[in-house]
Amino acid sequence: MDLKLDHRTEGRLTIVEVEGEIDVYTAPRLRELLIDLVNKGNFHLLVNMEKVDFLDSTGLGVLVGGLKRVRAHDGSLELVCTQERILKIFRITGLTKVFGIYSSVEEAKEAHGRDK
Amino acid sequence: MATVELTFSALPAHVRTARLIATAVARRAGVSEDLLDEVRLAVGEACSRAVEAHRLHCPDEPIRIELCDDSGRFEVTVIDVAPSEDADLAGAAAGPETPTANGHELAGLLPDMSGFGLAVIAGLADDVEVIPSAKGVRVKMSWPAVNGLPSSA
Repeated sequence: MDLKLDHRTEGRLTIVEVEGEIDVYTAPRLRELLIDLVNKGNFHLLVNMEKVDFLDSTGLGVLVGGLKRVRAHDGSLELVCTQERILKIFRITGLTKVFGIYSSVEEAKEAHGRDK
Repeated sequence: MATVELTFSALPAHVRTARLIATAVARRAGVSEDLLDEVRLAVGEACSRAVEAHRLHCPDEPIRIELCDDSGRFEVTVIDVAPSEDADLAGAAAGPETPTANGHELAGLLPDMSGFGLAVIAGLADDVEVIPSAKGVRVKMSWPAVNGLPSSA
């Protein structure tokens, strides 16, 4: 399955919907989107990975790159993910300590509401 | 002789094909269903690493994969012909480092993602061997398989 990307703004959050496989072939498209969003002033990103079938280290690199960019603007990049197969790669690499990971978009929005 | 051999040109688009084939052969060899995701990810990581190395050093050379199911194990070997940096590979294959700093110190936390692929493989496969040489790198990994394929299959 190819990669489908979409995004929308809700309050101060920009929600990035990702569907399909994030690998060495498709990850550059996600990287371009994240860079574009940051360049346009969107510094609080929430990447919804609930429809991601596959994620490899290239995809992790893109997410870490995005996090570095938003942090440079005191922003945030957090994830929505409940799939064990995807969470496993975050655990193996220790990145669960780097990314905020929520179980739903609603939960992430509530957390951001509290942080305001 | 390997049960299945595959060669592909060093293009990122072909990595998906390689991991799908590896997963299909693993399933047929009797690798348990809950390990198939690990096979898919580890093979994808090894192929991605090989593709990147070839694109840097020898983009016209193909990458080879051998899939074997001898003696109750499903074994995958990904073979590239790009010259390797032994020390970097050995360090990456030793396993991922767990980040210890908080997110605000991210710049120093992950200064280089290039070794992450092999680190992920080390975290996924039962048995991993990275054999670097001047002629390229062999990444060999294996998982338990319940049934072997008939040699004529």
